[in-house]
Amino acid sequence: MEIFSQLLKALPGSVSQGLIWGIMAIGVFLTYRILDVADLTVDGSFATGGAVAVVLILNGCNLWLAMLAAFVAGLLAGAITGLLHSLMGIPPILAGILTQLSLYSINLKIMGKANQSINVNKTDLLISLRWVKDFAFHNPLITVSVVLAVLIALLYWFFGTEMGCGIRATGSNPNMSRAQGINTSFNKVLGIMLSNGLVAFSGAFLAQYQGFADVKMGQGAIVIGLAAVIIGEALFGKIFKNFALKLLSVAFGSIIYYIVIQAVITMGLDANLLKLLSAVIVAIFLAIPYWKRLYTEKHMRKSKGGKVNA
Amino acid sequence: MLDIINVQKTFNPGTINEKKALNGINLHLDEGDFVTVIGGNGAGKSTMLNMIAGVYPVDCGSIIVDGVDITGLPEYKRAKYLGRVFQDPMTGTAADMQIEENLALAARRGKRRFLRPGITAKERTEYKELLKILDLGLEDRLTAKVGLLSGGQRQALTLLMATLKKPKLLLLDEHTAALDPKTAKKVLDITEEIVTKNNLITVMITHNMADAIRVGNRLIMMHEGQIVVDVKGEEKKKLTIEQLLQMFEASSGSQFTSDKVMLSK
Repeated sequence: MEIFSQLLKALPGSVSQGLIWGIMAIGVFLTYRILDVADLTVDGSFATGGAVAVVLILNGCNLWLAMLAAFVAGLLAGAITGLLHSLMGIPPILAGILTQLSLYSINLKIMGKANQSINVNKTDLLISLRWVKDFAFHNPLITVSVVLAVLIALLYWFFGTEMGCGIRATGSNPNMSRAQGINTSFNKVLGIMLSNGLVAFSGAFLAQYQGFADVKMGQGAIVIGLAAVIIGEALFGKIFKNFALKLLSVAFGSIIYYIVIQAVITMGLDANLLKLLSAVIVAIFLAIPYWKRLYTEKHMRKSKGGKVNA
Repeated sequence: MLDIINVQKTFNPGTINEKKALNGINLHLDEGDFVTVIGGNGAGKSTMLNMIAGVYPVDCGSIIVDGVDITGLPEYKRAKYLGRVFQDPMTGTAADMQIEENLALAARRGKRRFLRPGITAKERTEYKELLKILDLGLEDRLTAKVGLLSGGQRQALTLLMATLKKPKLLLLDEHTAALDPKTAKKVLDITEEIVTKNNLITVMITHNMADAIRVGNRLIMMHEGQIVVDVKGEEKKKLTIEQLLQMFEASSGSQFTSDKVMLSK
């Protein structure tokens, strides 16, 4: 009972974090599910978004403009990965790792140090964890929910346009796409850019929420993103068929991930083990489709053998 | 019009796996020509089609479609001129997308893709009408994912997509080979219907000799990267499989060996 009330108290914070990371997870969804590419740039571009936003805000930049700048920084980071892949023929996973590593240096240069704090008492911010229980627009629950809804609406529109359909076709069947006159290299770059733009945007939110940007804030982001995508699909895949609803299920997946993490911590798990736990959970969920296939194949072989004997 | 001028292609040059796939191919097709291509394994049939489509670059020679030299264009730019159907039914369509979305993608072949709608209401009604021609019940499943369709349905859809925007040249790479005989016949019938209606220049690779003789107005036979038999018009209409084999042996100096072709005689 004690644990339950503690959990309830922490719930607004967990949901806020889940919503913020949900934007990031939607970025991962775009590459992992739509383009069929595992893009590891996100670990770096997430921190880039945070760094750009924090530095700009500290220098008196308009808050929404700082968010936009973070988004653009993410687009650029994605462009680097995309070009490493399409112009230099480097496999996407490796291209992402290279960009991620180089972003570590770039993020240090942007901030001038490894960690840059931004005090909500001295600077005006869009959201802060101090406000999770306020009844106002600056409550992160409300601000991020509204932004998330707008982003999902925009993405829904974009992936219904000729350009968006081209990206989807590229991910689904590159051979067919080229035969239908779609420049698959360009579309891959575009998709990876958009994905990292969203990731950096999310990083900009998280930096304000937690009151600092850190070069390591994106460490393991890809795993959290994948966890959100997988949880969303596992829980809502059967009922959410529409594209917008699929994006929403990714955001829900992220919220549930953070609630579960909070619950595990409340129950007394060593917080140092969290990343290990996340990785194990994602590994198991990624294995499930493979195991399912092995099982059905084995099953089919058996039933076939049975027929021959009879 | 299609002109293939002295096109050569060697795969893995300078290695132990070196394979001369095309050995100086020359081919001229006029308006309304429907040529069937036949040949043994490794004769260079698919390579020839892939060269036209730009899947990989040629070593030398040039390919001219309708007066435009497309030899140096990347695959996605050549798509403007070409309609393609592949042997594997999975290759020609995007499985994760709806039937109508696949058609809409094809309708925009050769156009720049910007932020206009990926599909319009007007298109939906057009596609419904078009799909009725196939007589496969697809007109009632416009929003179904293509991954749910059978191989034959996917090939018929790919055919429709390849010809939705009238191509200068239709390339069919054994597009009925992966289908059961009944479905294969149906897809071939649809092919003839569409080609005749739109008066398309068509190159069709097939492993079925009877089909190769019956369909189209010209037949070429390939061997070791060269065209060894070329029969047109009246002569082709009267051709028999035995004659075809004799012509092959006379011009190539070897027995025609392809289990797939022989078995489907």
